[in-house]
Amino acid sequence: MTASSGTAGEARAPVPLPTPKFATAARAALADTRLRRNLRGATASLRERAGASPEPGDWEELREAGRAIRDDALLNLDAHLEELERAVTEAGGTVHWAADAAEARRIVLALVQATGAREVVKARSLVAREIGLNGALAAAGITARETALADLVVQLGGDEPSHLLSPAAHRDGAQIRELFLRGLLGAPPDLPDEPAALVGAARAHLREGFLAARVAITGANFLVAETGTAVLLESEGNARMCLTLPDTLITLAGIEKVVPAWADLEVLLQLLPRSAAGEAMTPYVSSWTGVTPGDGPRAFHLVLLDNGRTRALADEVGRAALRCVRCSACLNVCPVYERTGGHAYGPVYPGPIGAILTPQMRGVESAADASLPYASTLCGACADVCPVKIDIPEVLVHLRGRVVESRRRRPVPTPELLMMRGLAWTMGDARRYEAALRRGTRWARLLSRGGRIRRLPGLLGKWTEARDLPAPPAESFRAWWRRRP
Amino acid sequence: MRVALFVACFDDAMFPATGKAVTSLLERLGHEVSYPPGQTCCGQVHWTTGYHREAAALARGFTGAFEGSEAVVTASASCAVAVRDAYPRIARSARDPGLARAAEGLAVYELTEFLVDVLGVTDLGAYFPHRVTYHPTCQSLRTLGVADRPLRLLRAVRGLELVELPAAEECCGFGGAFAMKNADVSVAMVADKVRHVRDTGADVVCAADNSCLAHIGGALSRLRGGVRVMHLAEILAETGPV
Ligand code: SF4
Repeated sequence: MTASSGTAGEARAPVPLPTPKFATAARAALADTRLRRNLRGATASLRERAGASPEPGDWEELREAGRAIRDDALLNLDAHLEELERAVTEAGGTVHWAADAAEARRIVLALVQATGAREVVKARSLVAREIGLNGALAAAGITARETALADLVVQLGGDEPSHLLSPAAHRDGAQIRELFLRGLLGAPPDLPDEPAALVGAARAHLREGFLAARVAITGANFLVAETGTAVLLESEGNARMCLTLPDTLITLAGIEKVVPAWADLEVLLQLLPRSAAGEAMTPYVSSWTGVTPGDGPRAFHLVLLDNGRTRALADEVGRAALRCVRCSACLNVCPVYERTGGHAYGPVYPGPIGAILTPQMRGVESAADASLPYASTLCGACADVCPVKIDIPEVLVHLRGRVVESRRRRPVPTPELLMMRGLAWTMGDARRYEAALRRGTRWARLLSRGGRIRRLPGLLGKWTEARDLPAPPAESFRAWWRRRP
Repeated sequence: MRVALFVACFDDAMFPATGKAVTSLLERLGHEVSYPPGQTCCGQVHWTTGYHREAAALARGFTGAFEGSEAVVTASASCAVAVRDAYPRIARSARDPGLARAAEGLAVYELTEFLVDVLGVTDLGAYFPHRVTYHPTCQSLRTLGVADRPLRLLRAVRGLELVELPAAEECCGFGGAFAMKNADVSVAMVADKVRHVRDTGADVVCAADNSCLAHIGGALSRLRGGVRVMHLAEILAETGPV
């Protein structure tokens, strides 16, 4: 799954595959019956779990408080980050700043190489995915052992995570069993495909890695500025091993993960588990502050990544996306995600949040990135559940505007731009509109047979691929109105 | 009351029966209906597809056409959302405070809101002896929050057997430009919607927005599903043989 052509000491980025547009990637996903079944099952069970536990009576107030905390953190981000750096340094840790993915890879690689370790254990980290860390480590001859069960499955499968919290949501038990039989040393050939047995097999494999590991790499859910504390939520307990057993601990986080005060966690630690899995509390909540002599890691490094986040922050509407606490609730209720899965959204950030985050971090120049804001019907189910009240449809529409503006600057106008401009010009005047309406109606009636249109030309042909259109009546409403006595 | 009718361009061309039904409903209730002739298109599609400059121009035209109206009523939930919810945003993105003021000055209602909240009626004396199911479109359900108003109106219709639509609140997959740009996903979504509609055994599926109905109806028609789509207003306007 990884190329090993890099020379040691150089953080060579894995060559990014050309990502297809959302619609193209989605088409393949839609045709994959097994994927469809797995996604239906995974999202339905997550929705059920969220629905099963009663919403706390003050849920709306909690959401509002969560929104305010995250907004405040973002509003004064520079001050909070300075405070965080001071606190981490005072506690014996070191803070590293990475402007982009390449710099972050270089920093992490240098830190690992300085320890001389040939192997690292990894706990869940979306930022590690974002910067393509595994590829860079492999290129330098360093093995990354994923310790989160689902990440292990993704690693063995050689593909990408398809969900924020359940990265292997696209796999079923039988597929996981197969991957384990091929990839895990010592997995018994009669391994059943039930969850408990699979977890047991993975655990046996992981334990060995923990005991030998000298370097751990983790993500963080929150960074508390006033105390310099990193906080991580997980349900398996493996991340906790990563935090305690190795000598060197490297934590990766986006700069937006900061919250001002310890007390802010009171709200966020209620919101996140509920939205993620309908739980009052996540099984394991770990927090660590710098280093403690004689206990746990002897060196702690916090790598803070920008990679487009300050650009998003500068956008009045778009910055709401940075409030995200990665709970996945928006994925679990999204009717588009349920049918396409996460891979169609490109690497790292899937679902509705990915559709507003990725184009902001990467820009909208490429066709793939520009297609993401359009990967939604704007149905609003995501905004209804988001614990920090991100109005995802609003941001989507805003980003669509950015896509169109960027296309306007191109020397040759797109057919869509010409059509939309023409339409707006026609609609700009009632007489023009009515003349076009009469022409259009006549033309559409010619295309129809038995009251329905089965094939439309040009851009509209996409509609009639699978849907009819009724033939328009000969008389429009406005014509009828004029004729009324 | 003097009601200015706002007929979505889509309804004007493709579904004039809806506007006629709204007219006859309101007149039956004793209100004076006008149709401001300057209206064309509210700009919804331009706005949601990202053509924000064009949307601003259309929004200016719209507010001009309806200026001074006592109440603007539309049978298109998504167009009501465009004017009420999106115009302030369109004005902000176009840096046009005049447009924001003009939009604020308009009292725009979606039909079921207007009937239930403003006029305070649920029984419109309609008679429609068919088995009917109702699809709450995303914009009427989530953005406007019409809640059970359409159902209350339907329950008062004589002869009508209302059957509940399974997974009613799931999007039908229309989404404006989405239906074309992501046609495959859109079709996968409407396939499930159509399956649920057919499971109810209804003769008619209705909604408060013809755009979603064109999508559901287009799929039903292609599949020869034997279920008719009808705008809610057209059901409410049916009085049957007197
Ligand atoms: S956008 Fe909201 S719902 Fe989606 S993952 Fe982020 S916090 Fe959760």
